Amino acid sequence: MDKSDKIRPTKDEDGIDRRGFLECMTWAGTGVLWALAGGLPQAMGLSTALAAETPAAPFTFLQISDSHVGFSKPANPDALATLREAITRIKELPKKPSFMIHTGDISHLSKDIEFDNADQLIKEAGIPVFYVPGEHDLLDDGQGKSYLDRYGKGSKGAGWYSFDQQGVHYIGLVNVVNLKAGGLGNLGADQLQWLQDDVAGLSAETPIVVFAHIPLWTVYPDWGWGTSDGAQALALLKRFGSVTVLNGHIHQVMQKVEGNIAFHTARSTAFPQPEPGKAPSPGPMKVPAGDLRKYLGIATVDFVRGGEPLAIIDKPLAG
Amino acid sequence: MTFISFGISRMAWMASPVLVGLLLVAAPQLAAAATSEVTVKIANFTFSPADLTITPGTTVTWVNNDDIPHAVVETEKTFRSKALDTDDKFSFTFTNPGEFSYFCSLHPHMTGKITVKK
Repeated sequence: MDKSDKIRPTKDEDGIDRRGFLECMTWAGTGVLWALAGGLPQAMGLSTALAAETPAAPFTFLQISDSHVGFSKPANPDALATLREAITRIKELPKKPSFMIHTGDISHLSKDIEFDNADQLIKEAGIPVFYVPGEHDLLDDGQGKSYLDRYGKGSKGAGWYSFDQQGVHYIGLVNVVNLKAGGLGNLGADQLQWLQDDVAGLSAETPIVVFAHIPLWTVYPDWGWGTSDGAQALALLKRFGSVTVLNGHIHQVMQKVEGNIAFHTARSTAFPQPEPGKAPSPGPMKVPAGDLRKYLGIATVDFVRGGEPLAIIDKPLAG
Repeated sequence: MTFISFGISRMAWMASPVLVGLLLVAAPQLAAAATSEVTVKIANFTFSPADLTITPGTTVTWVNNDDIPHAVVETEKTFRSKALDTDDKFSFTFTNPGEFSYFCSLHPHMTGKITVKK
């Protein structure tokens, strides 16, 4: 379909238009605005979204992921340079986002210099940043102490927390610690208990945004792309009318809707990874140098009161 | 043994304790030299060989050939490597018999096993 087309889904009994969703998937690679209107998904092409046909949003936030600062292998010899390009794009956005969420793998090897370089660049965006760690951020001798010292102020456990912004409840989860042999990402009993308590007092109308590094839904278990107790976390959020789950880790855009829960993974700013099962391993995917920036990018998320869409636009660095 | 005894009996009396001593230590040394170093390759998010049997005293060295870091962690914490970047190595010498299951703490779907038996 033409990427400028707009999908206006007719609602199934459960409020989800699956035809619209599947079409939306077909151009996920070029850039997509994907909206939750009153908890119901809509989608439209990036060019339409950029033409500002949507009502003006009172606030926008941004998702950035998997910057892997320090990575210098053939798939991208300079991950810091592509992060710089991503930050430049953020600075050029016509509407300044209220804040940024980084869904982990800030660094490649948890070295101080990598965190320092990432921090210095990301700071240039001039907006608050909320982090959750990826497995690459916990490789210091203290197994995550560096991360917590830098980014974990006010958080619980391995770095989980929540905050509220203009009526939306945001929850940052950590699913990259104490991983078990043969398993997937893991939240653990303590964090699940905290989550249950955290949302206990919220009305079901409160829009929820959950973010974590590894997808909370099972994308591809053979490559470890999922969270073993993710379903338990999602069950705790089932009563809410609108839940948006933002993840990273798999270095590609993927989305899915289940009931009132919308899932989305962001591109990396460092290097792409193959589609599930399309390569011998999920390692860094080498693409022609001229194409790399089509595989890297950021995502903006608009929240509009009234129409109430929660709209995600994936923006590649090029193409 | 009969042959050795016969040989010693033909040697000078003073030399025989030395020879016996050499023979006693020579056999275990040769066995150890044949099996003391084994490499486990890490490539395409896989340990190979994933299932390895060795004798006590063997040193196993893991080498990461991937463009992404991995770590080697025994499930009971008997050994735990730091993150191994491309071409980095980690070695552990197994002195006691037993089964040692391990995995990559970054990518726990990667698993392997070392069996140590005499």
